[in-house]
Amino acid sequence: MTERFLGKDLLALEPLTADQIRFILDTAEPFKEVSERTIKKVPTLRGKTIVNLFFEASTRTRISFEFAEKRLSADTVNVAAAGSSVEKGETLVDTARNLEAMRIDMVVMRHPSSGAAQFLADRIRSNVVNAGDGTHEHPTQGLLDLLTLRDKFGRIEGLKVCICGDILHSRVARSNIWGLLKLGAQVAVCGPASLLPLGIEELGVSVFRRIEDAIQWADALNVLRIQLERMHAGYLPSLREYNRVFGVTVERLERAPRDLVILHPGPMNRGVEIDSRVADGPHSVILGQVTNGVAVRMAVLYLLAGGRPDMAEAAKGRSAEVGE
Amino acid sequence: MKPVLIRGGRVIDPSQGHDGVADVLLADGRVAGLGPALSAPDGAEVVDARGKVVAPGLIDLHVHLREPGREDVETVATGARAAAAGGFTAVCPMPNTDPVTDNQAAVGFIVKQAQAAGAARVYPIGAISLGQKGQQLSEFGELVGAGAVAVSDDGHPVTSSHLLRMALSYARTFDIPVADHCEDPTLKANGVMHEGLVSTRLGLRGIPAAAEEIMVARNLLLAELTGGHIHLCHMSTRGSVELIRRAKEKGVRVTAEVTPHHLTLTDEACEGYDTNAKMNPPLRQAADVAALRAGLKDGTIDVIATDHAPHHYDAKEREFDDAPFGIVGLETALGLGLTELVRGGALTLPELIDRMSTAPARVFHLPGGSLQRGAPGDVVVVDPDASWRVDPAAFYSKSRNTPFGGRDLNGRVLRTFVGGLTVFRGDAA
Repeated sequence: MTERFLGKDLLALEPLTADQIRFILDTAEPFKEVSERTIKKVPTLRGKTIVNLFFEASTRTRISFEFAEKRLSADTVNVAAAGSSVEKGETLVDTARNLEAMRIDMVVMRHPSSGAAQFLADRIRSNVVNAGDGTHEHPTQGLLDLLTLRDKFGRIEGLKVCICGDILHSRVARSNIWGLLKLGAQVAVCGPASLLPLGIEELGVSVFRRIEDAIQWADALNVLRIQLERMHAGYLPSLREYNRVFGVTVERLERAPRDLVILHPGPMNRGVEIDSRVADGPHSVILGQVTNGVAVRMAVLYLLAGGRPDMAEAAKGRSAEVGE
Repeated sequence: MKPVLIRGGRVIDPSQGHDGVADVLLADGRVAGLGPALSAPDGAEVVDARGKVVAPGLIDLHVHLREPGREDVETVATGARAAAAGGFTAVCPMPNTDPVTDNQAAVGFIVKQAQAAGAARVYPIGAISLGQKGQQLSEFGELVGAGAVAVSDDGHPVTSSHLLRMALSYARTFDIPVADHCEDPTLKANGVMHEGLVSTRLGLRGIPAAAEEIMVARNLLLAELTGGHIHLCHMSTRGSVELIRRAKEKGVRVTAEVTPHHLTLTDEACEGYDTNAKMNPPLRQAADVAALRAGLKDGTIDVIATDHAPHHYDAKEREFDDAPFGIVGLETALGLGLTELVRGGALTLPELIDRMSTAPARVFHLPGGSLQRGAPGDVVVVDPDASWRVDPAAFYSKSRNTPFGGRDLNGRVLRTFVGGLTVFRGDAA
């Protein structure tokens, strides 16, 4: 069990190999079933302590990690920035040292600054899982999107996936781009040029200026949330116009040559980047993403704790013997 | 004061086109002679400089000495000693102290601290506007009377074109340059590094080259309008070099500086979120570095200035977004110049000495930068081949924030003289 498939931390998908990403996805498969049981618990991480350190508000990701940890029998503590020592001016390096001094095994961190996860990982011996750092990466979101696409299409290679919306400020976009490219998908982005980062094409991504063109091309759309703040900061004139020009609507999808699979990392702005009828429609896999999120995070925690992908089935199977 | 005879070195003095083996005599605080086989006066100290380079002391037009206000990260004295250790005999501290150096008493305080330190000379730069607030001009006449050699609101770019126009016009009475940090604050916004592929990958907010170039273009137009002398701080983009080149062809009174780090590093140094690679202006791209080097070579950019910016280690031990901009530079500038620029073929050794000594003296109308008879006895003796490894813990500066730690550099300062007195002595001398 000493062989490590991921290294100490999961900070980003960019540095991972295609094999490592496939390992994680394959490891997630047997964990999916745990959440379907009446008793949703396996003893895999019993005795491990995990801190969920959230410097930014999060509902979905935090709860998803917490379920993943609890279903693996880890002991977990949640720390939110509000009301903690952080609010009293403690630096991240001091927070890290204090956690280290409490001999925790893993930290799951969400932070508003890009690079914060690496900063923490470089300074503590515990495993660090990046649950979103600034506008850099959100690797477990990227992984659960990959798993969802693989469930739907049976493959990633050769798929045409377009990520739509605010690419500039999106850590989800970056993790998706790296993960999809590494597994052989064709990747495009679509959005107003004011929300596309410089040099994006150099990553190996094509750019659509018009959502209609993206819909003609793609097998799947990953629709990102448009934040109200972007309007105030001058990136967009209005959410209303965004919906009119870039919104993913039933009318636009009906002109596609094939049925497009629709992903959204949430939380959705219904009527802005996505119409309710699309979000609730037959080709939406948005809730499937949420379900897969728990399995992917169980796989990541399991692998970082030293688990081997080929042992995952056995690891979770032990719950029956223990009878929990 | 004991005379000093520096014997047998390769004497490089760009102010008189001298490059050859000679002796240099310092007496009564000044250069008393330069020539072959000078005889040592009675009681003179004789320095054997065979195989070494002897040059006028280096002059840095852009440093931050943090006193008054942040004496925990640097003082006038520690900064002046760091300068001497780096081969500098004069430095010009920016006025962004606390309180701001915007009046004669504040300038006088820095001059007094420098005299007490007895290391490199310190020529303060006064603020363009009171409190660097960009609203009301400081009293340039009184600043100059107290010892200021230029004015700048560095770090707080002058956004009002009207105010900069007035500063350039008003400064003509005192014949001082107006130095500007060229930055459009709305384009820079909360950017933390160069905007490009690397910032896109790292998810860090970018600062486009245009944020600098817009203000360079504006400043050149205002210099042309007023006939004033604009000095452009720490140029970082190829577009800026091109704008300055064209303005100089037209006869605009512009001078410009570039830092050692903008001549040697690119935005790729930010990989891994290294906060010691966080500068303002940000490290740009290879094409910018090449254009800056070419501009320095052909005289479009006049001088190398370090923008020595000490910060407490806690301040850099932070998330990239929250760390302050800037690095220390006084003790690595010459080594980087010799290693990267001279050995790298971008400049000849006499050109490097010119850009770090003679040209800075000319740009800010300072004494020094010359070994002509009667010039101040400000001299540096350098072993150009000695190799050393940058050890930030050994810096004379109070701060250690440098991306060059651990780097092997050529060119070790053996001796620094200010006014004919030794203010720094290296290990091997």
